[in-house]
Amino acid sequence: MNTHSVDTIAAISTAYGESGIGIVRMSGPEALDIFLGLFRASGGKTLEREHAEPRRIQYGHILDPDSGEALDEVLCFYMKGPKSYTAEDLVEIQCHGSLVSLRNILDACFRLGARPAEPGEFTKRAFLNGRIDLARAEAVIDLIRARSDRGFEVALGQAEGTLSRRIDRLRDQLKELVILLTVNMEYPEEDLDEISYGQIEESLQQINDEHLKLLEYSKEGRMIREGFSVTIVGKPNVGKSSLLNFFLRENRAIVTEIPGTTRDTIEEQVSLHGIPVKLTDTAGIRDSEDPVENLGIQRSKEAFNKADLLLFLVDASQPLSKEDQALCLLLDRRRCIVLLNKSDLPGVLTEREMRSVLPQAAILSTSLTEGTGLDRLEETITDWITGGKVRRKEDVLVTNVRHIDLLRRAQREIEEALSMTRKQEAMDFIEVNVRAAFDLLGEITGQTAGDEILEEIFSRFCLGK
Amino acid sequence: MNVKHMGQFDIAVIGAGHAGCEAALAAARMGKKTLILSINLEAVAYLFCNPSIGGTGKGHLVREIDALGGQMGLAIDRTFIQSKMLNTAKGPAVHSLRTQADKIAYHQEMKRVLEEQENLYLKQGEVVDIDFDEHRCVRGIQLKTGVYYGARAVIIATGTFLKGMIFIGDASYPSGPNGLSPSDELSDNLKARGIRLRRFKTGTPARALSKSLDYSKMIPQYGDPVIVPFSFMNEELSKEQVPCYLSYTNEETHRVIRENSHLSALFGGQITGVGPRYCPSIEDKVRRFADKERHQLFVEPESLSTDEMYLQGLSSSLPEDIQEAFYRTIPGLENLEIVRPAYAIEYDCIDPLDIQINLEHRQFANLFCAGQFNGSSGYEEAAAQGLMAGINAVLKLNGKDPFVIDRSEGYIGVLIDDLVTKGTNEPYRIMTSRAEYRLVLRQDNADVRLTEKGYALGLATEERMARYRKIKAEAEAETARLASVEVSPSSINDFLCAHESTPLNNKTTLAELLKRPEMTYEILAEVDPDRPLLSRHAVDKIQVQIKYAGYIAKQLSQIQRFKRLEDRKLDPDTEYLSIDGIRLEARQKLAQFKPLSVGQASRISGVSPADINVLLVYLEKQRRGRHGKA
Repeated sequence: MNTHSVDTIAAISTAYGESGIGIVRMSGPEALDIFLGLFRASGGKTLEREHAEPRRIQYGHILDPDSGEALDEVLCFYMKGPKSYTAEDLVEIQCHGSLVSLRNILDACFRLGARPAEPGEFTKRAFLNGRIDLARAEAVIDLIRARSDRGFEVALGQAEGTLSRRIDRLRDQLKELVILLTVNMEYPEEDLDEISYGQIEESLQQINDEHLKLLEYSKEGRMIREGFSVTIVGKPNVGKSSLLNFFLRENRAIVTEIPGTTRDTIEEQVSLHGIPVKLTDTAGIRDSEDPVENLGIQRSKEAFNKADLLLFLVDASQPLSKEDQALCLLLDRRRCIVLLNKSDLPGVLTEREMRSVLPQAAILSTSLTEGTGLDRLEETITDWITGGKVRRKEDVLVTNVRHIDLLRRAQREIEEALSMTRKQEAMDFIEVNVRAAFDLLGEITGQTAGDEILEEIFSRFCLGK
Repeated sequence: MNVKHMGQFDIAVIGAGHAGCEAALAAARMGKKTLILSINLEAVAYLFCNPSIGGTGKGHLVREIDALGGQMGLAIDRTFIQSKMLNTAKGPAVHSLRTQADKIAYHQEMKRVLEEQENLYLKQGEVVDIDFDEHRCVRGIQLKTGVYYGARAVIIATGTFLKGMIFIGDASYPSGPNGLSPSDELSDNLKARGIRLRRFKTGTPARALSKSLDYSKMIPQYGDPVIVPFSFMNEELSKEQVPCYLSYTNEETHRVIRENSHLSALFGGQITGVGPRYCPSIEDKVRRFADKERHQLFVEPESLSTDEMYLQGLSSSLPEDIQEAFYRTIPGLENLEIVRPAYAIEYDCIDPLDIQINLEHRQFANLFCAGQFNGSSGYEEAAAQGLMAGINAVLKLNGKDPFVIDRSEGYIGVLIDDLVTKGTNEPYRIMTSRAEYRLVLRQDNADVRLTEKGYALGLATEERMARYRKIKAEAEAETARLASVEVSPSSINDFLCAHESTPLNNKTTLAELLKRPEMTYEILAEVDPDRPLLSRHAVDKIQVQIKYAGYIAKQLSQIQRFKRLEDRKLDPDTEYLSIDGIRLEARQKLAQFKPLSVGQASRISGVSPADINVLLVYLEKQRRGRHGKA
């Protein structure tokens, strides 16, 4: 039998935690198309469908489908169904093992139409498509059972109460709209106020804004869960090592130590107010006039791109050097905190001058030798990570991939409903999208609509003959 | 009393209401010798409550019944006295045809069709018992007169007759609807045989003489100038239509009701049956919506051959004198003469969880159930189930697989799947919002969805099939033509401006113009002189298909997803209790429900997605085991 799956599923198929290599796997009819949409071979070339030979390794980058930014350097291969593990079209993307990288790639797959795999779903498909022999059927069942019983499919728990409430509120707003649309369509001859396009639009706009905020938080949430990448940059002897040591000293919770092998970087995992932070020290940046050293700049550039936040150390007792200026160019428009270090010495470089160069950055005065300004630094980093507004622990953060996927799908429905409303399309069509968004949010909080809508309609409106 | 054997039938139908009539006609048309019994032949296809057929969701059901080869659409097309397409401003999926029926003419029409139907025997008689063999399989029915008819299958469609009890104020007495005799003994015997029954309730307003009403104080409600037929077999219908009238209750009405509500049987505790929330009595409305200043009242003619008028919106079980008092507070009703008082009626019905998706009882073989007996409400809901019960009884006798319409194929499927899979705690009414795939389940395309199925069953006639093919071909050809006819800015911009539509910069096709929300096929006629003359049914389809192609395509892909599980059939004899990987609760539910498809299994409450995944693996294991492919 062949199940002829209609969905394309994706998941990280290597174990969680830092490892050298990670794999994202996709299976289903659109696996190849999604992959081709994300992949760029060296030189930024897209891979043509006819050149995507099965079982051939491709080297290149996975791009963020929205920004076009490279997410990671990857090795990939495609297996054409039925000659694959699942007997469906299957794509494997091998990338660097960091969770951030894996999650970003997985997320990119979702954005192009894949959905998160259910527990044991690859194996289930393999079995249903005849790729796994009968003897292992029980094992397949155990796998499905074990994973789902462990709570993969479980909706938001109490621990995430705030998020749950937040989504509930959103869902309530959608419900209100569904109710008004439904009652208007279901009871055309009742003595009811007709719902207008203006009303629908206003309500949808509000829901959409709120929804976008939640999605924004989901990004922050992911960072908190998977670690936040902070890269320290600056010319030699400006105090980078001291800064690193400060974090290590203050936060004794060192998780791993990964010496940079291919890059001239050092990574340290620390915990900052309970948030895992990966600190990267870009050693090896020298004078940029030397062509060989230019490579160093290139490497820092890579580190820059991967960083969620950059710490830029400058020597405040000296004017900005050429290297500093080169770095400033790279730091333009990035999330960046500038440390005017050596504040114990007579100052030459002022905060004002720095601001004129990097207007978006936060600028702090520190002295690593005297240990001043470092509390402010920790605070500022925490603020940046949590987005300032979402600092407190009880605030809303969406961290689960499945939840983010559902939120995003709901958001698409809302946007579609909104655009249809603006065009004054038929209300019964608009309702379908609103209803879909409502149901998707229900999947996050574990509420299935059932008769909820009708219950409410009959309790609120006086209907019937 | 001596038992008198008076004949052998393939199928016997108990009750000749809307469910019974469709069931019997389907069975007879599919070649079975069929008996249909009614306590009173004047009750055949009688509209005991409102004189109207169709409305939101219900109109869709009538179209589907018609497409399959049922009778309701044809009968109402011949006997309606007013017709309206509702919801035209809200989109094609909720367009709903609603007619005022002449209930006397409707009854006569349906009775005539039953009488003329080959293989069908219509008789007056009260069934008091169903006879089963030692395997709990239907064998025959027993009448009150001692007459016994052999039957290989029985369809119960007892409506509100079964142990019917009428309530008017503090008066209550055993009765079928409208003062007809109830069916009490049958209820007792069904229970004695182990069939579980429960009580539901419904109600109807008073009927008043038209000549006692002052319509000058009411707002007349007219039908549509262009009549859209229910049946795909009909093209143009022209008929003199009669108006209905709208009036409103007021504070005085509510005061009378409030002050006397303790006299209502509804609040006196006499009624134990569960009534529908969507059909509340006026005392219920006044109590639950105390701040609502007025309630609508539609005065509707019952028939052209009587002066009786139906007072829609004001059903009640207050005492008759109070009824008269509160009705008379309403403008235009000051001098009203009630000829039949409003009443509430309680009746026995089954928990639909006890029946299978083919409407056959889970414990009693060849016993099929339909209509209000299954816990539904409404003529259209009843007729739809009757049709399906009739079809499935025949298929069962023929040793064929059940005929199931799934949730993506029709409202009939939504209705039956809801009833037998989810159950219901009140009389169930269809609603467009109960359908997941509403954009595809439109009333304009019911023929496309179901005619071929009806034809394959031997129900839809050759004539119907030929007409369907013609309409379909017309629609396809015209859709293609509209996509190919180009219009240029110079030739069309004046027209567009005149219709407040954005002018063109470049050439486009008529199909593209039709996609604009403000454009219709009719409006475009002005700039499309070469269009062919088409059937109305074809025009409806073309319009929707072009305008909403994108949205419909999206829903079709959802349906494709849904179908994957729906098309995975399950053997009802599957031994669920022994499937280890499925949780115990789910195993028990599956064993109890015996779902016919994986899709149906997934909708049973208590069965999780993981259970379904395990079930799929188990099925594959079984399959390979059978083929020795391990």
